[in-house]
Amino acid sequence: MKTPVESMVLVLAASFLGSIGAGFLKAGAAKLHGGLRYLFLNFKLAIGVVFFVGSSVLYVLGVKHGQLSVLYPLVSLSYIWALVWARIFFKEKFTFRKLAGLCLILLGILFVGLGNR
Amino acid sequence: MMNDSGGSLSSPADSAGVEPRRAVDRRKGIALVVACTALGAAGQILIKTGAERLVHPTLWSTFLGFFTIPPLFAGYCLYALMTVLFIFALKDGELSILYPIISLTYVWVAGLSVWFFHDTLNWAKLAGIVIIVTGVAVLGKDAHK
Repeated sequence: MKTPVESMVLVLAASFLGSIGAGFLKAGAAKLHGGLRYLFLNFKLAIGVVFFVGSSVLYVLGVKHGQLSVLYPLVSLSYIWALVWARIFFKEKFTFRKLAGLCLILLGILFVGLGNR
Repeated sequence: MMNDSGGSLSSPADSAGVEPRRAVDRRKGIALVVACTALGAAGQILIKTGAERLVHPTLWSTFLGFFTIPPLFAGYCLYALMTVLFIFALKDGELSILYPIISLTYVWVAGLSVWFFHDTLNWAKLAGIVIIVTGVAVLGKDAHK
C-alpha cells in the first residue's frame, strides 16, 4: 500500500509545529529557576505545550493511513526546523558540520520518499 | 548548557580519581537512552494502532482520541516516559554521544512496522533511514557547542 501524499504533508506539518513548540519550551526553560511550582506559571512553556498538542493531533491524523516506515522518518525534518529556529532566535552559530547534517537528513528523507511504493 | 559537567574525554579534570565515576555515568546514560529508543519505537507502534481506529476524524475528535482510544493513550504515555528518561540521561551524559543514539528509533520503527503492519521495506527506504541516522549523528557532534 502506497502512502498517500496527504499523510506525508500532515506529518511534515506536525514536525513543523512540534519544532516551534520545542523552541518555546527552550525559551521558557531558560527562565526556569525557583523550583517546580513556577513551571505552571510560565507562559512560554504553556505555548510550547499547546504547539506540541497541535503537532500530535496532526501527527496522529498523518499516520492513520499509509506506512509508518515511510511516515516516521519524515519526523527527522524537525531537526532541520530546530536548526533554523536556533539560528534565528537563539543566535546559535551555523557551522559546516550542521550544514552537513542538514543535507544528510534531507537526502535521507528524499530516499525514504523514493522508497514509498 | 545542560552538559557542562560532562566535559570532554581529554579534559585535564579527568584525574584518576574522577574517571571511574564518569565512565559509569556515561554507560548509565547510554543504557538509558537505548531504553528510550525502545520505548519510543513501542510508542510509535501504539500510536499508529490507535490512529487506525479513528473513524472520520476531525481535529477535535482526534484530540479526544488521546484520552478515549487506549493504544493512543498508551502510546503517548510511553512518549512522555521516554522524554522524562531522556532528560535524566542528559543530566550527566554528553549530548553529542546521547543525541545520535536516539535516532536508532528510526531503525526499530522500520523493523517493527514490517512486523506489525506488514510494511514493505526496500533498498531506498533502508538507505534513507541509514542516511538520516548518519545526519543526526553528524548534527549531534555539534550539539554541545
